[in-house]
Amino acid sequence: MTISYFFQQLLNGLSLGGAYALIAIGYTMVYGILRMINFAHGDVFMMAGYFAIYSMAAFPWQLSLPIVIIGTIVLGVVIERIAYKPLRTAPRMSVMISAIGVSYFLENLANYLYTAMPQSYPQIDILKQIHTFGDITVSRVTIIAPIITIVLTFLLMTLVNHTKLGMAMRACSKDQDTARIMGIKVDRVITMTFVIGCGLAAIGSILYFTDRNTVQPYSGSLPGLKCFVAAVLGGIGSIPGAMVGGFIVGISQIAITAAGYSVFSDAFTFVLLIFILIIRPTGIFGEKATDKV
Amino acid sequence: MKRSLGLLLATSLIATSLVGCGESSSSESAQTAGNGDVIKIGVFEPKTGENGSGGAQEELGIEFAHSVRPTVTVDGKEYTIELDWQDNQSDKTVAATAAQKLISDGCVGVIGGYGSGTCIAAGSYFSDAMIPAIGTSCTNTNVTLGNDYYFRVCYLDPFQGTVMADWAIEQGYTEIAIIDNIGNEYTSGLVQTFKDEYEAKGGTIVTAETFQTNESDFKAILTNIKNSGVKAIFAPTDYVYAPLLLNQAADLGLEVQWIAGDTWNNPVLTEDAGDNAEGVVLDCFYAEGGNEEFDAAFKEWINSESKYLEANLGTDNIIGNQAMCYDAYMVMCNAIESANSLEGTAIRDALASITVEDGVIGGTVVFDENGDAKKNTTYVLEVKDKAFTFVEEVTHGE
Repeated sequence: MTISYFFQQLLNGLSLGGAYALIAIGYTMVYGILRMINFAHGDVFMMAGYFAIYSMAAFPWQLSLPIVIIGTIVLGVVIERIAYKPLRTAPRMSVMISAIGVSYFLENLANYLYTAMPQSYPQIDILKQIHTFGDITVSRVTIIAPIITIVLTFLLMTLVNHTKLGMAMRACSKDQDTARIMGIKVDRVITMTFVIGCGLAAIGSILYFTDRNTVQPYSGSLPGLKCFVAAVLGGIGSIPGAMVGGFIVGISQIAITAAGYSVFSDAFTFVLLIFILIIRPTGIFGEKATDKV
Repeated sequence: MKRSLGLLLATSLIATSLVGCGESSSSESAQTAGNGDVIKIGVFEPKTGENGSGGAQEELGIEFAHSVRPTVTVDGKEYTIELDWQDNQSDKTVAATAAQKLISDGCVGVIGGYGSGTCIAAGSYFSDAMIPAIGTSCTNTNVTLGNDYYFRVCYLDPFQGTVMADWAIEQGYTEIAIIDNIGNEYTSGLVQTFKDEYEAKGGTIVTAETFQTNESDFKAILTNIKNSGVKAIFAPTDYVYAPLLLNQAADLGLEVQWIAGDTWNNPVLTEDAGDNAEGVVLDCFYAEGGNEEFDAAFKEWINSESKYLEANLGTDNIIGNQAMCYDAYMVMCNAIESANSLEGTAIRDALASITVEDGVIGGTVVFDENGDAKKNTTYVLEVKDKAFTFVEEVTHGE
């Protein structure tokens, strides 16, 4: 194994992990506030891919990227309003099942609107430029994906820990009823959570699809599941945990495939899930569960 | 807010149910107009899922054949053929459901489909119900093996794999990398036959990489291949993976000769992979120019309605699969007429002994004892200037 081979694979793993991390943050944030797993998140990510295809066809990339992000945010918020909000007082299981329903709905909608044909993702020159370092050839997006992920996670942590909105979010995640009594507009906080989660999913989708070129209606289902595992691995509810989890899942997937065991690359992710649930159910960065009686 | 939403939902529900009524009543009237002289031929194709694009292309071939020959005559009575479209969703579980639906709809025969895995999954349902099926482009041996009711008009993987292995050796590629999709009958079968022939001819398989269905990240295996230094890759994957492989290889600076199977003969390839698809070599069932009369009629039909043109991705190019679908439909009609019966067993027996020379475009159709058409010709194509260009016609054996 040469050094350049090792670095090429490491870069592959980091860029995949970076995209996973951004999606995993969406899972973790929604869980932190609503205590529900938003199974539709992977499909929102897939829809962001289609938004990019269509907006990029009409506008230059400088304009389409914001359109993609805003479009995805609107989609996420609409889903929350229609499918989750009416169930706010229902048992958590109902919301979860509603999320699964939304997930199937989005997949079928994409199938109907955009057909099952894989569509090629537009190439943004500035992201797609190829760099060569000795034996290593990478596109620029491969290098910047992990950097963008780390910067965004840092910004998000600042937002959560040092702003008023962040304080409201933390309050809601601790105890919604008390937060409401204290004058926090809980619904607005939840909406903001979806705005941030979906915004990050949109950015993740741009990084992921630019490197992987095609979008099809089921593009989001497997990455979605893997990112969910990443979020659990890092400790669901924890933002840095989701980031670390995303990188771990991404890098180990590449490592296993590179070693010639691609048969187990998907299975490994889920074995990891079982393992972490047994050894450390709260995940790497998980909050200590102190159930109030 | 809540009430208005409810109202909206209610209205849309009523609206859809009304639309539904409209549709069902019109199709009923079509049936009653025929006064029972309508027979159904089932179409077993993936409309959605990973093979959805291939299924969509094949449907055009069947639809065209249906427009050319909308009736069959049995016992002096003319029957109008109605196509019963079922989507197997490229999924082996759904395939069973789709097959059962076709059976319960009373189809006299089934045509399809794209993707060997789903055909194998559905095969036993057809044989249990004693309904003959004709495979269009499912090339895996096991589709027809041991199934008296499954026939097919295309060639098989052992043949295809041999041709491509020979081609690789002839071009001087004595070292090659192989990419296999685990759990995909088509890809794994083809990889195996390619490997046998290639190694028998003295070639070396330097690295054999695998990936799982639905994978979209191929960088790890492509980096391995780049590291191995081979000059050619044999990757007979389902179409979905083609642009992903080609584009990601280009990102990694991997410059090799790509060799693929019939599935990559899909017009989307040049659209999705652009310049990265240049030089890809593959084989297919039929190359444009083989039968000019058919080419012209098919092109005219495609151009006659914008929905066909759209389904064919805005071009009137013909791919091999469409020719196979046309043949499968024609052979089915011939068998029904020569059996002079609408009974599944009679049609099956007719198929087993049929010889169809006229009206088919992919060469004479005669089935062997397994129900496979005896085909020994394939067309090697290369992608040049964003189009599939004919390279050579290869005939093996008899």
